[in-house]
Amino acid sequence: MAGPALPETYSDAAGLAVRLRAVSKTYDSGVTALGPLDLDVAKGDFVSLLGPSGCGKSTALRLIAGLGAPSAGTVSVPHRTNKADGRHPIGFVFQEPTLMPWASVRDNVRLPLKLAHAAPAEADRRIEEALAQVGLAEFAGAYPRELSGGMKMRVSLARALVTGPDILLLDEPFAALDEITRFRLNNDLLALWRKLHKTVIFVTHSVFESVYLSQRVIVMTARPGRVRAEFRIATAEPRGEEFRTSADYAGYCREVSNALAPAYSGQRSA
Amino acid sequence: MSSLQNIGRMLLPVVVLAAGLALWEFVVRVNDIQPYVLPSPTTVFQTLVSDWPVLSESLGVTLLTTLEGFIAAAVGGVALALVFNQSKWLEYSLFPYAVILQVTPVIAIAPLLLIYLPQQTAVIVCAWIVGFFPVLSNTTLGLNSVDRNLAGLFQLYGASRLQTLRYLKLPAALPFILGGLRIAGGLSLIGAVVAEIAAGTAGAGSGLAFRIAESGYRLNIPRMFAALLLLSVAGIVIYGLLALVSHLVLRRWHESALGKEN
Repeated sequence: MAGPALPETYSDAAGLAVRLRAVSKTYDSGVTALGPLDLDVAKGDFVSLLGPSGCGKSTALRLIAGLGAPSAGTVSVPHRTNKADGRHPIGFVFQEPTLMPWASVRDNVRLPLKLAHAAPAEADRRIEEALAQVGLAEFAGAYPRELSGGMKMRVSLARALVTGPDILLLDEPFAALDEITRFRLNNDLLALWRKLHKTVIFVTHSVFESVYLSQRVIVMTARPGRVRAEFRIATAEPRGEEFRTSADYAGYCREVSNALAPAYSGQRSA
Repeated sequence: MSSLQNIGRMLLPVVVLAAGLALWEFVVRVNDIQPYVLPSPTTVFQTLVSDWPVLSESLGVTLLTTLEGFIAAAVGGVALALVFNQSKWLEYSLFPYAVILQVTPVIAIAPLLLIYLPQQTAVIVCAWIVGFFPVLSNTTLGLNSVDRNLAGLFQLYGASRLQTLRYLKLPAALPFILGGLRIAGGLSLIGAVVAEIAAGTAGAGSGLAFRIAESGYRLNIPRMFAALLLLSVAGIVIYGLLALVSHLVLRRWHESALGKEN
């Protein structure tokens, strides 16, 4: 598939998709949730933000998406505005499927296009395409309550893909699913990433998931979240189930776990 | 077991009704109680049939008033909630007065309204006063119950205020609005009846409540019962219709309209 026809003016010379500089977020209650955080994400990279609950990784993702402004620092992301044809540079998948219960699968996926006033015929075509990508083509007329948890997440993913985004932001999307469903969705996500060449930023608290999926794993400290360590997961591509059972995988998981452990030591009481 | 329970649920109220009516009939006949003291159920039914021309006309008047009051309450309640949702300042300024209007007994307001307004208008205003508050408060609650992440999604995709209202807030509020309307339906009938009774003492009126008051002065007790019966049936039908509408609108997606299974 050809890349989305976005003007390239936003990208800087280094080929970065996202750049955070000394970004921090303090809530009105006085709690500092994040930072200061520096983060560069190259175009087309698959990066995981790994950290304990409440370390601000979701906050970082929301700031990148433009849902809220940082208290300090700069967030540089391609312009996040709607295009007239319904293209949008950012797709977001929440921890819950976050579907509109009153709308069918098709209309849920249509939402970003409808908000951008995209032409109906073009919208229909792209909805079909997005649903086919997540393997839900024959469920277009179903309502969310008729779907399983994994299928709802797929709808949510299709909705994020339908705008042809360059960057996909995923906030612990599979945390609430059973293990088998999660493994399947992991593999499907990897296949989509290889096919569509999107930049993916994946927030998770699972060491195993982050190592399995990512090119880069960024381990964060406990609140306020900062970068503690960074790992590049170099292995033969494409990854599959054999990677999940390899010694390489186990080794990476151990390293990442060791880097993550101090973040948990301070919050035994939680 | 569950089908037996269902049959029991349908049948038992009917059995209780039949037993109550039979007992009532029995007591009246055995003690030879006069109709102007306590009419038997058969007398009430006979009166309903024989006085049908008068009663049905009154029923029509009361139902029309209720309907007008209900529509005013529904439109007014939803519209006011939308205005409040868009402007906090307006909400702060006006909401206390909506509460005051609600907590002041309508029976005490009705005589005043009848002084300042034409009778027909006053009756509708009474029906509106008691009906609009549940619609207003329920709609407000619904508009504020939008899923936070969905709201974030709308923000991410640059939705305008109008789009957010139309595609997110209103559908999310719909179950609440329908719940408010169900309450408002019954309350509009009460408002109409209260106003009619207040107006009836002034001597001009033709609704069911007026008939009850008038029949009371004439000691026409069977007709009082017949009119009361019609009012109850009207209330039940209004509730049933609104519950049906609510079910039909929500059946594809809302928990309240789904079966108990799964």
